[in-house]
Parts: sequence; C-alpha cells; structure tokens
Amino acid sequence: MTEFISKLSLYLQYPFVRYALIVGVLIALCSSLLGVTLVLKRYSFIGDGLSHVAFGAMAIAAVLNLTNNMPLVLAVTVVCAVLLLRTGENAKIKGDAAIAMISVGALAIGYLLMNVFSKSSNLSGDVCTTLFGSTSILTLGKTEVVLCCALSALVIIVFMFFYNKIFCVTFDETFARASGVKAGLYNLIIAVVTAVIIVLAMNLVGSLLISALVIFPALSAMRVFKSFRSVTVCSAVLSVFCALSGMLISIMAGTPVGSTVVAVDIAAFAVFSLISLIKRGIAK
Amino acid sequence: MSVLSCRDVCLGYDGKTIISDLNFETDQGDYLCIAGENGSGKSTLIKAILGLIPLSSGKITTGDGVKRNEIGYLPQQTSIQRDFPASVWEIVLSGCQGGAGMRPFYSKAEKQTAEENIEKTGISAFKKRCYRELSGGQQQRVLLARALCAARKMVLLDEPVSALDPIATAEMYGLIEKLNKEDKITVIMVSHDIAAAVKYADKILHLGKTVFFGSKDEYVKSGVSFGFLPGGEVK
Ligand SMILES: Nc1ncnc2c1ncn2[C@@H]1O[C@H](COP(=O)(O)OP(=O)(O)OP(=O)(O)O)[C@@H](O)[C@H]1O
Ligand SMILES: [Mg+2]
Repeated sequence: MTEFISKLSLYLQYPFVRYALIVGVLIALCSSLLGVTLVLKRYSFIGDGLSHVAFGAMAIAAVLNLTNNMPLVLAVTVVCAVLLLRTGENAKIKGDAAIAMISVGALAIGYLLMNVFSKSSNLSGDVCTTLFGSTSILTLGKTEVVLCCALSALVIIVFMFFYNKIFCVTFDETFARASGVKAGLYNLIIAVVTAVIIVLAMNLVGSLLISALVIFPALSAMRVFKSFRSVTVCSAVLSVFCALSGMLISIMAGTPVGSTVVAVDIAAFAVFSLISLIKRGIAK
Repeated sequence: MSVLSCRDVCLGYDGKTIISDLNFETDQGDYLCIAGENGSGKSTLIKAILGLIPLSSGKITTGDGVKRNEIGYLPQQTSIQRDFPASVWEIVLSGCQGGAGMRPFYSKAEKQTAEENIEKTGISAFKKRCYRELSGGQQQRVLLARALCAARKMVLLDEPVSALDPIATAEMYGLIEKLNKEDKITVIMVSHDIAAAVKYADKILHLGKTVFFGSKDEYVKSGVSFGFLPGGEVK
C-alpha cells in the first residue's frame, strides 16, 4: 500500500499526469450529464456517430494542412449534431438510422481523404490514434487543459441552468411543444453541448470509445434509481469515480487509458445490475 | 370575443384531406365536447389547435388574452418511453415549464400549483413513485395533473377517461366540471361518451360524414348524434 502511494505521488509530480487526471475527470462528468438525456432520447450512439464526424473533419483539416484543427472540427461536429437532434416528430429518418448514416459516411470519407492526400507514411497508425486516442491525453499542453476546463465549466453551467427544460423536452417533446415550451431551442442547446462534449472527449478515449462514456454511467444509474434527478446525480458521480480509478489503474499498470476507463465502467455496470437484481429480490 | 376560433380550416396528412372547411368558435369559460367516429380527425384537430401540425388552409386563432403557453394538453397517446426514469412529482411539475419562460428553476407558486393538482387528481399516494411502475389509469391521472398545471386559461383533453374505471371516470368528469365552473377554464374535450358530453358540455362539435357544431340541445335534436347516444336520444 505504501509502495502504491509513493509510486502515485511520484507520478503526480509530473504535470502531464495531473493534467490528464483533471481533463479526464471533467470529460467524464460532462459526458455523463448529457448521457442520461441522450440514452433516453434513443441517441445512445450519437457519441460514436459524432466522433466519426469529428474524425472526418480532422482528416479534412489534415488535408488542408491546418495546424490548429480544433475550430474546424468543433464547427463541423456541431452542425451535424444539430442536424441529428433537430428531427423531432416529423422526421422521415429516425434517430438510429440517421446516426448510422452520418457516422459511416463521415468515417469512410475521412479515411478516403487521408488515404488519397496524406503525406504521412504511417497512415494506419494515424487512424488508430485518432480512433483510440491511445496516448493523446498524456500529451496535453497547458493551453489545452485550460481550454478543456473552460469548456467543461460552460457545459456544466448550461446543463444546470437548463436542467428542468431538458427534462421537459426529453420526457415528452410533444407536450412540451403543446404547452408553449421552446422545444426547438432547447434541442438545439442539447445538440451544441453534446457536440462540444464529444469533441472534448475525443482527447481522452478517442472516437471509438466515447459512446462508452456517454452510455455506461447513465445505464448503470438507471438500473437502480427511479427519478430523473437521482439518475442524473448518480451517473455523474459514478462516471467521475470510474474515470478517476480507471486512469489511476492505467498509470500504475501501464495499460491504455481509454480502454481501462471503459473496463471500469463495465465493471460498475455489472455491480449496479447486481444491486438492482438484489433489490428486486428483496421486494418480492 | 372568442378565445378560440377556427375559420375554414382544412387539415390532413401528406396531402390527404381529413377535415375540410371547419368553422367553430368557443368563448371564455365554454365546455366544448368533440365527438365523432374513430378516424374522423378529432385528435388531428386538437393537435392543429396546439400548433403541433400545420394547417392545409384556413386559420386558427386564440384570442382574449389566451397565450400559447397557457393551454394544457392531455394527449390520447403519448410517445413517453416505457423505461424513462421519472417520478410523478417531476412529471407533474414539468407541466409548469411553459409558464416558466427562461427562468431556470420552478418558483414556489409553481410548486404549489403542482401540489394542488396532485391533490385534485388523487395521486398524492404515489407522488414519489416512478411513473413507469404505475397502472395505465394511474398514469392517465398523472398526465392529467400535468395538463392542469399548464392550463391557466384553457385545457384540451383527448379522451381523458378512456383508461379509467367507472368511479375514477365519474371523479374525472366532476373534476373537469369544477375546473370549468369554478376556475373558469375553457375546456375542450374529445370523448366517445356522448351521454356524458350531453350532460356536462355547453357546446358540441361532431366530426365525421356530417359535421355539426352547436349547443347540446340542438345536437340532441339534430339527429347527428344517432348511434352515439343510447337509443339515439337523450334519456
Ligand atoms: N401521423 C399520421 N400520418 C398520416 N395519417 C394520419 C396520422 N395520424 C392520423 N392519421 C389519419 O388521420 C385520420 C384521423 O386521425 P385521428 O387520430 O385524428 O382520428 P380520431 O378522430 O382521433 O380517432 P379516434 O377516435 O380513434 O381517436 C385517420 O384516418 C388516420 O388514419
Ligand atoms: Mg383520437
């Protein structure tokens, strides 16, 4: 145990480890906040879809030789998120199909662009890094950390400010519209915030594993809790806990960050499922 | 001055007309009942009044100070998902959202309104319970309580008693009548229960092959109600 602590304090002396922990926790918190809404709106896969869009945008940025690809990626992702979540009652292509379309399309086009135009010899390595985010969280600089903190703070404030409206629109959009709630506006806000979180989260776990961050804490919380508020609070706490312990384990054991965090999330889901089974057993 | 008026309204889906050239109006404090066979467009009309679906032509106007966010709505069918984690309290309170505007949290008065409507609809016992674990009739009452929270001037009810037992049905009619008579809220209700409609409503709109709009006495005399009333006439 003392060995563990001394090893940990040794690692914590490195600024990049501290940065990684801060950014990881913030992203886990943000993605779990919206996770509940997204899962309930049947947009579980939006994380996956949008991250592929972001990947496509990165490919374009690479082709255009942009040094700072963040603005372009963010803009493209936000536009796609708005298009996806705008749908509502009259949509001809519903949630899952629309996401699948955009996701597969963006991935294919992104890869195609990189393949045709990229000057880098290590193409598959590049693609792998964008998709799995293998090491990027450990290479964050100070500006990126500050940017991430600011955006997360913004996301959290927006979420708290619009919490009741998000509930209203998620629970029953038709009623919300009928009773004069500006459902379109709030859907737009949800879409923009979602896009921001996903672009952020790509730094932590890479595109392929973002969905896990969005889905697992929400689903785990929904196993046990029955009201929207308790589910939201529980999934936020759970997500932060899993991210923190996952990252510590990965630093100690030298495992890949993203996959370790997700593995911890899966373990938490198993535990919560067990709790709900036991609870139901007692109720009987 | 009427609170709601429909002028030459045509409605339909994907170019197919369902209601054509409909005219009617309701005054503040009216109790209007909409009747008609299945598929005659009653729910469609309600949705059009709420602005949820576009009109093919014509005009629906609300007047006399009734704003869009002062209308409560009880849908016939909801798109609410089976697995949504939400407590009864959260759902009823969300009915106040339309009146809250940009304010992020609910005011004391709004919580009070929600509390009163929970009381009125007799669901106090499961205020803390999870919505998805309630029976169909209990869920119906929760949604009614939510509609009442939004209904400061007018309420649109699409078959409010379809999932209720006889006692709850009688209670529901009593509740709606009280709302109409005491709180002076305009009630527009879709119902297949013509006997109750004739008993409680002031005006009746009958959709279908023959369209009728008028007071309930005219309705009973007109014969449009034939087949909808026991023995074709009022007892
Ligand atoms: N979303 C839709 N798209 C296309 N057609 C629709 C749609 N909803 C309803 N319709 C059609 O519009 C007509 C009127 O439907 P509506 O739901 O208004 O009937 P209703 O009078 O409420 O019937 P009920 O008594 O069964 O509730 C029906 O013929 C139906 O087939
Ligand atoms: Mg109907």
